[in-house]
Amino acid sequence: MFDIAVIGGGVIGATILRELTKFSLKVIMLEKESDVSMGQSRANSGIVHAGYDAIPNTNKAKFNKLGNEMMQDYCYELGVKYVNNGSLVVAYDDEQMKTLYTLLERGKQNQIKDLSIIDKDQLFILEPSLSRNAIGALYAKRGGIVCPYELTIASVGNAMDNGAKLELDFEVDKIIKTQNGYLIQSASGKKVESKMIINCAGYGSQKIANLVGDFSFKIGARRGEYILLDRESGDFVKRTIFATPTKNGKGILITPTVDGNILLGPTAEEIQENNTNTTALGLAKIKTIASSMAEKVPFYNTITSFSGVRAFCDRNDFVIEESKVAKNFINVAGIESPGLTSAPGVAKYVVEELVSKSFELNKNQNFNGVRKPDYFFNRLSIEEKNKIIKENPSYGNIVCRCEKITEGEIIRAVTENPKATTIDAVKRRTRAGMGRCQGGFCQPRVAEIIANVLGVDLKDVTKNGGKSNIIIGRTK
Amino acid sequence: MMYELIIIGGGPAGLAAAISAYDNGVKNLLIIEREDCLGGILNQCIHNGFGLQRFKESLTGPEYADRFIQGVLERKIPYKINTTVLSLTKDKEITAINKTDGVFILKAKAIILAMGCRERSKGALDIAGSRPAGLYSAGTCQKYVNIKGYMPGKNVVILGSGDIGLIMARRMTLEGAKVHAVCELMPYSSGLKRNISQCLDDFGIPLLLSHTITEIEGKDRVTGVKIAKVDENRKPILSTEKHYDCDTVLFSVGLIPENELSKDAGVELSPKTKGAVVYENRETMVEGIFACGNVLQVHDLVDFVSEEAELTGKSVAEYIKNGEKQRNVVNAINGKNVSYVLPQKIDKNAEKFVKLFFRVTGSYKNAKITLKSGDKVLLEKTKKIVVPGEMENIIVPINLIKDVKDDIILSVEV
Repeated sequence: MFDIAVIGGGVIGATILRELTKFSLKVIMLEKESDVSMGQSRANSGIVHAGYDAIPNTNKAKFNKLGNEMMQDYCYELGVKYVNNGSLVVAYDDEQMKTLYTLLERGKQNQIKDLSIIDKDQLFILEPSLSRNAIGALYAKRGGIVCPYELTIASVGNAMDNGAKLELDFEVDKIIKTQNGYLIQSASGKKVESKMIINCAGYGSQKIANLVGDFSFKIGARRGEYILLDRESGDFVKRTIFATPTKNGKGILITPTVDGNILLGPTAEEIQENNTNTTALGLAKIKTIASSMAEKVPFYNTITSFSGVRAFCDRNDFVIEESKVAKNFINVAGIESPGLTSAPGVAKYVVEELVSKSFELNKNQNFNGVRKPDYFFNRLSIEEKNKIIKENPSYGNIVCRCEKITEGEIIRAVTENPKATTIDAVKRRTRAGMGRCQGGFCQPRVAEIIANVLGVDLKDVTKNGGKSNIIIGRTK
Repeated sequence: MMYELIIIGGGPAGLAAAISAYDNGVKNLLIIEREDCLGGILNQCIHNGFGLQRFKESLTGPEYADRFIQGVLERKIPYKINTTVLSLTKDKEITAINKTDGVFILKAKAIILAMGCRERSKGALDIAGSRPAGLYSAGTCQKYVNIKGYMPGKNVVILGSGDIGLIMARRMTLEGAKVHAVCELMPYSSGLKRNISQCLDDFGIPLLLSHTITEIEGKDRVTGVKIAKVDENRKPILSTEKHYDCDTVLFSVGLIPENELSKDAGVELSPKTKGAVVYENRETMVEGIFACGNVLQVHDLVDFVSEEAELTGKSVAEYIKNGEKQRNVVNAINGKNVSYVLPQKIDKNAEKFVKLFFRVTGSYKNAKITLKSGDKVLLEKTKKIVVPGEMENIIVPINLIKDVKDDIILSVEV
């Protein structure tokens, strides 16, 4: 019997899980996919928003500000890379300039510091790649970037190191109210009992709430497609460039990523179900809009495209509350943008203000919030590298040539919390396969390492769980 | 640790260059190879057809490689395997890593870049749809099948009629898979004519020219693709979209010289070849750094890789002995219907002749190949047929260009 079951392994579930382990509570995370961070937290813009954009006095505004302020320290503790690169909302005509002043005003209302309007000349000094049609920008110095799945994985890993349990491939199918709490059943018949449930199932959060008779919110899906450019074009822009929101929508952004790539997107298209396919129209749209925002966008350096699906809520704000129909059932739903930014703040609130109503929060004396500092091996000095190789020679074997990822890091990904068991899970933890050859060179080697460590045959190794096997069998 | 010569890459280019450098007097040398054995990509090319020009025999990839590996072993040329070069400076300092030595730094008087090339990935193509398992570049599939002994799938569609795609069409068929089609974006194939006949025609595999894949379907594993004809601008004509069931898609959509280390060292690259800009002796614009093989220009025949590498080994030996050349340089430029020429810079004081390599931009019959400087025609040659997929060359006697004032331009009239 657990005290709390967190349903959903995205960044919200992950940060809440970790926050819970600061106290003496028995906690478990239930995730329906083969790995954490496979929903929205896998494919989004990775922006830590400054906070001027959210409507004042909403949950979004409150938690955006809180999360933004917490993010630097939060990432540092977990060894996750965070870059405070700043954001620019760029105006290309007078109408848009007016909107910038509206955003500035909204930012003031939200009590966001370090916001200013800059003119054309200042703008081009900061970002020479921008289109010459730009006339000014809102400069938000508190904007930053982070890798959403790195943050999620590190949070879950640290939570597990502090005692939290993780059940993957657990698709919640049925929730039965019991005397002491809830009996949660998976589609495949697994059972978990828990006194309290925190529902942060992203796109699936409506379904989960409905299972306990809570119909207080509806979740819709809005797909966003992206194009990723090679690190070779990594200095195309330094700050995150937003288009000024117009009647036609929010536009796309052009942003560096923490790993030095350039990300273009997202589009925004309402879809009927969770579908992360990219479309020819969507990709073409990104190119058209990006070309209007900046000069000579290096599309020739595209290394991949992908899409994510936002789970938006009919309340148009974060739903962070105890269910009115189910006791000890907390909904944390509709966490679309600025969800990633808000996560550390949301987690703190959920635990300190909501969970505390039902549980005494006794400090976990053994809690260690520090996950080994970021150890992309390639970032270490020669001396540090040689020290590690002496103890563990597998760090001397480069597997992913493009990103310079070693065998040691891949083995660690398969053996350290939360353990990777698929090619993509290894990719998310180590970056092996994310370089310009997109796994052409390293995939067979990564697959072999997974097979060796897990003690399975190569044909049982999958790309992303389920039936995504990469090999069907031996040759003749 | 100081060497006379370090060769980055122990594939066909690195091996031939090492042997040539050694035979021309360079004894303090080292080959660095990232795989667990010498031979490079030839090790996974188990089909034959290699060495027809050089040895007048039809060898398999490993057999061809072995000829040179034996040469290296006989001469006791030192090499390190399972060693990856992490960086290269223009001062010819290499940082490399392996399990036994850890991270170490080596210095050399001269460097030969022989890193070969990589495949363009599917991600660079903007193909819409899902990202399921079952999508491979042709070379990666070849590695699974020929080196690891595993079949990636049974129902295959191939995008790209480059040689690797053609070879894998046959290979997969021989292993019991059904290859439904090879799609090619262009109106002509980029592979060798003999591969079209021996890999596709002989097996009844359709070649769909001017076609491309417009969508990939499948959630966990690929279940199908949509293929459409393209117009003269290579844009898909959506009304021609047809669905093909498959569980595997192979991409053979281009080879890109792997010049990350070259960029590190500030070596000037040509946007046309994606390889270094070189003199006829294969020295790059950074003194003491030479390049040969697929890292310099993507070759079709390994025989020419070996020839180029031997030339390079000899040049390096000269450089180590005599220092940097004093050159009287003329630029060689691609003209009409020619996508690139190599070398891009020629020393008018060079010996005897220069072999000028080039590729054409389209499939041309009765092509008149002309070398001009200003208005003066230096050389003319006619060829019945030239195609982009087959590298061409002309021999340019040095006395023809000894006194030219303007750049020499190679063009093709059709």
